[in-house]
This record gives sequence, structure tokens and C-alpha cells, in this order.
Amino acid sequence: MEVALETHNLTVSYNRRPVLWNIDFKIPVGQITGIIGPNGSGKTTLLKAIMGLVKPSSGYCKLFDQDLKQVRERISYVPQRESVDWDFPASVMDIVLMGRYKSSNLFKRINQSDRDIAVEALEKVNMLEFSNRQISQLSGGQQQRVFIARSLAQGADLYIMDEPFVGVDAATEEAILNLLTEMKNQGKTVIVVHHDLQTAKDYFDWIVLLNTRLVAVGPKDDIFREDLLQEAYGGKLNVLSKVGDLIKEKGFSVRERK
Amino acid sequence: MDAFWIILSSSLIAVTCSLLGCYLVLRKMAMIGDAISHAVLPGIVIAYLISGSREALPMLIGAAIIGVFTTVLIELFYKKAKLQIDASIGITFTWLFAIGIILISLFAGQVDLDQDCVLYGEIAYVPLDLWITDAGVNMGPRTVWISASLLILILSFIIIGYKGLFLTTFNEEFAKALGIAVGFWHYSLMSAVSLTTVISFESVGAILVVAFLIVPASAAYLITHKLKEMLILSAIFSVLSSIGGYYLAAYINGSIAGAIASVAGILFLFCWLISMYRKRNNTSRLILNSTS
Repeated sequence: MEVALETHNLTVSYNRRPVLWNIDFKIPVGQITGIIGPNGSGKTTLLKAIMGLVKPSSGYCKLFDQDLKQVRERISYVPQRESVDWDFPASVMDIVLMGRYKSSNLFKRINQSDRDIAVEALEKVNMLEFSNRQISQLSGGQQQRVFIARSLAQGADLYIMDEPFVGVDAATEEAILNLLTEMKNQGKTVIVVHHDLQTAKDYFDWIVLLNTRLVAVGPKDDIFREDLLQEAYGGKLNVLSKVGDLIKEKGFSVRERK
Repeated sequence: MDAFWIILSSSLIAVTCSLLGCYLVLRKMAMIGDAISHAVLPGIVIAYLISGSREALPMLIGAAIIGVFTTVLIELFYKKAKLQIDASIGITFTWLFAIGIILISLFAGQVDLDQDCVLYGEIAYVPLDLWITDAGVNMGPRTVWISASLLILILSFIIIGYKGLFLTTFNEEFAKALGIAVGFWHYSLMSAVSLTTVISFESVGAILVVAFLIVPASAAYLITHKLKEMLILSAIFSVLSSIGGYYLAAYINGSIAGAIASVAGILFLFCWLISMYRKRNNTSRLILNSTS
């Protein structure tokens, strides 16, 4: 198995309280992997540790068997949509072009090939017609697609996305899912933080089940077992599964139809 | 001629301040200029005590160093102590300002420094401080030369660093993930603000510097959605305030700095009305579209 991401004994703490404890796993190349777990289970922190945005108290991460610094241009990071101010004076194109910024070309002007790549990325997320639109005038789903276009413009091999499905419309959800499949077919690796257990099974090939500690990692069919989910979600799942049973008995549909 | 020199030096300083102000407003650190303009007091006193003269240069260096130190302290309280940014700013500058006052009162006998004079430069005196070369040629007011060089310096910083400032201001985490040294950009900007504040308040006074840093940039922010337009508009507003303010002061025979800051405020109100009017039009159009 070719490994895209490996974490070894990774521990991260905020104010001496561990958020991630001794995380040890490997994720294969060319798969769509979901990192799932309840709120506050350290999913976002795990991504930040991988991207070098928070310092681990111990342990390390390796990407394609190397340090982040050596492979940075092969990695693309999509932060949470809410992490930026969407009233910022910039157009969709301005933001997507940021995907072409590197520390080596920061003082150079943007050239035509950068623009072509950005246009192509916008096309892939069906946002080309919005390229001159101010980002303050976008819907939540459109904002997410802009972020993904920026990431595509980086032309990376490994994409790390933080909650791309939160608060997006059905069209965006479908667009993102199609993109993920397309990326997979091109041999790219995608790692997605996701909090919704119900959809996780449809979206991902591999699952990392997290709750401060690593609960389980592997192909999704091995992971979606009641005992493992119970361990990760604890009491919360209890309530949920009871509600689920109730709904099943009464014959309500669990999800709204699109 | 005096009117020309005053308007010119005010405009030069105003443009410099408002360009940097755009980035401060977008980074939600608008009050940092206010903090620096007060916090540099101990720097000025220490520089005076060490150099033993009231030459401008040592004071400027002392003030600029403390100015950068102020931003380091603010960043430290914000990032490490997890304090809100406005609280960090408040703690830092009142503390440094207080130390400056203690220093002045301690060395009151030896220090011939007037707090009012240190903090509130007077723009009306600009034409009096002339730069006369050794050959005796009158080059015009010194402030004009200094503020023009400052403007060129800051303008080149913003043009050369445009991408870096844009990226780190919009999305610092993404910039970090790209391997870009966000600390470098933060402290470059803060050093630029510190230098600008220190040089400017010596000529136009602290209040006017703070007004120039925040008001034109905020006014431009309200009526445009493009960073480049925001930079250009804020520069235009600051020049308009300088011209309008000077003639307002001449007309009412009042304080020039006060009048300039007031005109800037009026321009801001004007921009706010425009943005309100536009929003209302947009909403009614949206309603029309959705009903048709």
C-alpha cells in the first residue's frame, strides 16, 4: 500500500488539555478518506497538525513519506468556509488566483498561465460565470465552491478539506462529490473532515474514526460497525440510534428527498 | 504659499496613512495606530536621555523601535495569552504610555519635553520648519520632504508586497499552509505602520494620524468591493479631507487638524449614505426579481 499520509504518535494539546491523543494511522494514495467523529473530537485540529498550523506536543506527520516542507507544493488545504471574512473586498477570480501563490513567486506578477489554470478550476466547479462577482455576494455553497476552485488551481496530489459539506445546497454537494470522484480517477488523494455519520458511508472509501483518540481506521465496510461507532460517538449515538429506530418503526423517511 | 505647504504635507501624510489604514481596517486592527502613537512616549524619552539632544533622528529611531515593540507585545497577548485583540491593544499602549509619563516626571529636571508637544504636533507650524541647505538654499518645509520620502517608501512596499499582503490579510491559515512566512508580512506591515505613525504625528499630531489611518479606509471600504479600488479611493478621500479641512479651518479661523479630521468624518458619513442607498436599491431589486 502506497501511503499518502502517516501520523505517528501524534498528540496535540491546547492549554495542556489534549485534543488529540496518540494518533497513529496511515492513509493510502488514491482514495477518498473521511475523517469522522463527534463535535470536539479533534478533527479540525488533526488537519491543522498535518498542515503545520498547530504544533504537536509529540509525534509527527509524514506526507508521501516526507516532511511537509519537502512536499508542500503537492498538498492543498481547504480551510473551513467560516474561517475567513467573506465581506473582504475581492472577486471570485482574486481568490481562486491565490491558489497559484507560492512563497517562491510571491513577488512576481500573476501571469497568463496562472489565469488559465484559475479559469479551468472555476469551470470544474461550475462557477466560471461568477468569476468577476464580489465574494460578499455569494451563497454559502458558492463560497465553498470558490474555496475548492482555489484548491484545484494549486494542482496538488493530496487535497485536505475541512468540512466542505457544511451548510451547502444540494447542487454544491453534488458538484463536490462529482469532483471528488473525478480526482480519485486521476489518482489523487482526498482527505475530508466530515461530521455527518449518515452520509459518510456514501461519500468515502476509507474512514478514520476519531474521538480525541483514534477509534478505528480502514476501508469503510470494516469501520461501519455498531461497536466502533458506539465507541466513537458514545452516548450521543445511543440517542441517535433510538431516534433512528423510532423513525424506522413509524415509517418516516430519514432524509429529506432532494 | 503657507496654504500650499500645509495642504501638500497633510495630503502626503494622509495618503500614506490611509493606504496602510486599508490593511489595518481589513485585518480588524484599526486601533493599532492609536496604540502606537501613545506607546512610543517612553521610546522618545529614552532616546532623549541617551542622546541628550532633541534632534529629531534619535527620537524617531527610539519611537519607531518602541512602536514595533508595541505590536510585538499586542501580538503576544493576543496569540499566547489568548486575550481579545482590542484588550491586548488597550493594555499594551496604556502601560507603555504610563511608563513614558513616569520617565518624564522622574527626569523632569533634566528633560525639557513637553507632553503636549510630543503627542500633538501642530500642522499649522509646518511652513515654519524650513530645510535650508548648507549653501543657504531654501528647499521648502522639511516635513514635505520627509513625508514625500515616506510616501514613496510605503507605496513601494504596498506595490511590491501586494500579493503577500492580500493573501495574508484575507486568509492567514491558507497562507501558512502554502509555506508563506505570515509573521514576516505581519511585522513588515506593523513596522511600516509604526514608522508612518511616528513620522506623521510629529508633523500633524496624534489625533489626525489616527483619523487618517482609519477614516478614509473605512469610507472606501463601504463603497467598493475591490481592494485596489479601496486603496485608491481612500487616498482620494484623504487628499479631499486635507484640502477641504484646510479651507474650512481658514473660513472658521479654527484648528486645521480638527477641521481636516472633521471633513474626513463628513466624507465617511457621505459614503455610508451611499452604501445604505445602494443596499436598499439592491434589496428592492431582489424583491422585484423574486416576485416577477
